[in-house]
Amino acid sequence: MKVWIPSALQSYTQSSRVEATGSTLDEVLHDLDRQYPGIRFRIIDEQQRVRRHMRIFVSGVSVNNLYQAIRPADEVVIIQALSGG
Amino acid sequence: MATVALMVATRKGAWIYRADSKRSDWEVNGPHFLGHIISHLVLDPRDKTTLLAAAKTGHLGPTIFRSTDWGHTWQEAAAPPAFAKAPVGETGRAVDHTFWLTPAHGNEPNVWYAGTSPQGLFRSEDGGITWSGLPSINDNPQYREWMGSEKDGTPDGPKLHSIMVDPRDPHHLYFGMSGGGVHESTDGGKTWRVLINGLDVVEGFGFDASNPTFHDPHCLRMCPGNPDRLYQQNHCGIYRIDRPSDTWIRIGRNMPKEVGDIGFTMTVHPRDDKTAWVFPMDGTEVWPRTSPGGQPAVYATHDAGETWQRMDAGMPKEQAWWTVKRQAMCCDSMDQVGLYFGTTSGELWMSRDEGRNWECIARHLPEIYAVEAIVI
Repeated sequence: MKVWIPSALQSYTQSSRVEATGSTLDEVLHDLDRQYPGIRFRIIDEQQRVRRHMRIFVSGVSVNNLYQAIRPADEVVIIQALSGG
Repeated sequence: MATVALMVATRKGAWIYRADSKRSDWEVNGPHFLGHIISHLVLDPRDKTTLLAAAKTGHLGPTIFRSTDWGHTWQEAAAPPAFAKAPVGETGRAVDHTFWLTPAHGNEPNVWYAGTSPQGLFRSEDGGITWSGLPSINDNPQYREWMGSEKDGTPDGPKLHSIMVDPRDPHHLYFGMSGGGVHESTDGGKTWRVLINGLDVVEGFGFDASNPTFHDPHCLRMCPGNPDRLYQQNHCGIYRIDRPSDTWIRIGRNMPKEVGDIGFTMTVHPRDDKTAWVFPMDGTEVWPRTSPGGQPAVYATHDAGETWQRMDAGMPKEQAWWTVKRQAMCCDSMDQVGLYFGTTSGELWMSRDEGRNWECIARHLPEIYAVEAIVI
């Protein structure tokens, strides 16, 4: 499936759009990390929580549950939350 | 000819300044990691080649970058510091940022220690590529209680800091926790003992001074010329301890009353264990954390804290409200010791004569979090 990568993480992927596979969001993120080592820990903490200032959308819906099922037709969008300073 | 290098870590990236032994003309290299929050940038004094940077951004999780070519290229840690996954049903901790980096003993090449926020102690044995937590601290229920909650620390999170290794014994370690007190190990971090006797706690509320949770050491320093002597800038004053004594002495009582003995940072002379420098800040009422009276100054002692001398020649005389954070003052090891500090307002200051005269060598940087000096 398509995964959209925010600018802050494109140092890993060299692209704003990549492909990853998995039947859950967790599997997709692990596949991303297999392809681009280190990227997952910048998004997900060691307690398997989406980091405070990161957001993940699956086909337009904000998702916090990493074990939510994902269909091949879904698009995953990873963005930085509208926070900062 | 010797070169002096300054590793400057800021809220928005890192810079490296280099000068020859005259320390007159500083060549700037940077920014590295523009926009990243760099808490500490440290060159390994054992190989004088390996640089580690503790990094995160406002949004992304924490990591550590490593360079062996003075920052031309950086490699990210394969396994940065991270706490153990909590058992199901329990709330586990997550590293917000690595705050402190310490190269280990000279006989342990490639070994490093890292302190994190919230408080955690980690060790790498491969030059910073992979990191493992020390369960004796990170998973110890007693230590977890002493660490308190995220409210029991500095505004940007409680921290484990000031990791120090005895140059005579790689297994003899110290560290401080804000909050959580001072701790010592003589077995390489397998077991620890508390070292808080003599330290004051915030007055007036009846807190138990024997409980580490009420202690906030801001910065610990071990004298290179006498590793049995430690100095400390604490939330509640300036202290010294001479081991094997286990009791700290409040040497800050000898500071001028109108300045007080509150501050974040402290640095010690590389050879003379009677000489140390502090940068006082305003710790009155609402804790402004500014230079007292808007008049910044370093204070020096040359008699182990019996007396203190104000050293502000060259600094602004009024309306200067910056201060210096706990990792942002250091010295080099030249014969005439060079002193350096970075300010919360993004200025880098130095003295070539052990604090008697000061000059600003860089300004308009982001808020400076840490400055480290090394002679190459």
